[in-house]
Amino acid sequence: MEFTRRDICAMGAGTAATLALAGGLPAFAATDDVQKAMDEFTGGKTPTEGGVELTAPEIAENGNTVPVEVASEGAKRITVLAVGNPRPEVVTFVFGPLAGAHAASTRIRLAETQDLVAIAEMPDGSFRKATRQVKVTIGGCGG
Amino acid sequence: MARIRPRVRVPRSADAGEVVTLKTLISHPMESGLRKDSKAGETIPRRIIHTFEVTFNDQSVFTANLEPAVSANPYFEFQMKVPESGTVHFAWHDDNGEVYELDKDIKVG
Repeated sequence: MEFTRRDICAMGAGTAATLALAGGLPAFAATDDVQKAMDEFTGGKTPTEGGVELTAPEIAENGNTVPVEVASEGAKRITVLAVGNPRPEVVTFVFGPLAGAHAASTRIRLAETQDLVAIAEMPDGSFRKATRQVKVTIGGCGG
Repeated sequence: MARIRPRVRVPRSADAGEVVTLKTLISHPMESGLRKDSKAGETIPRRIIHTFEVTFNDQSVFTANLEPAVSANPYFEFQMKVPESGTVHFAWHDDNGEVYELDKDIKVG
């Protein structure tokens, strides 16, 4: 993949879409999709920065299994979005009354170098957000 | 296809009120529905674990809603409070309607 996410953004969604159709490139999530996924989780509210810990490697050699960890004290739910994947939604954790900590870790797929976003829903109904860039050497979209 | 086998790591005993770490892994292809068959060029249909639920004595501990972007053989690590002796129930829900379940007992004291 010779396009970085930044390039695609710069070219504009239209060009990217045309390219995807013409060249058979996988269509990466447009910014609208990311916004939509965020709104779906937050119900349209804007999350504030901070209050969520998002741990991921700076450089992931294999995009097929990238370990990520999220934590947010007291959060009811935490969702993880991958901005540069064909679909931004990755996973949503819901913590029940017996959760020992409002944290979880898993392994995810990343198509290319991109930003990861974690959004947490707090008990008071507000939303917190954290962003982290992960560089991917081999994309995890499969052949 | 390889048989789907869930594996979990749960301590056998704990103190009352202790917070324990649970690790889970299930062998599953997590077919994203975006990949194409290399020979026929047809899209391989999506088949993933879409929900993973953990309860302790029927009380909710942890739920994960998975999308195709979760890696094959989904792995989770999280914490649970142990109020009393009981059973941890794990359930993985597959797109094809199957549910893979596992129970583990924890003794307090």
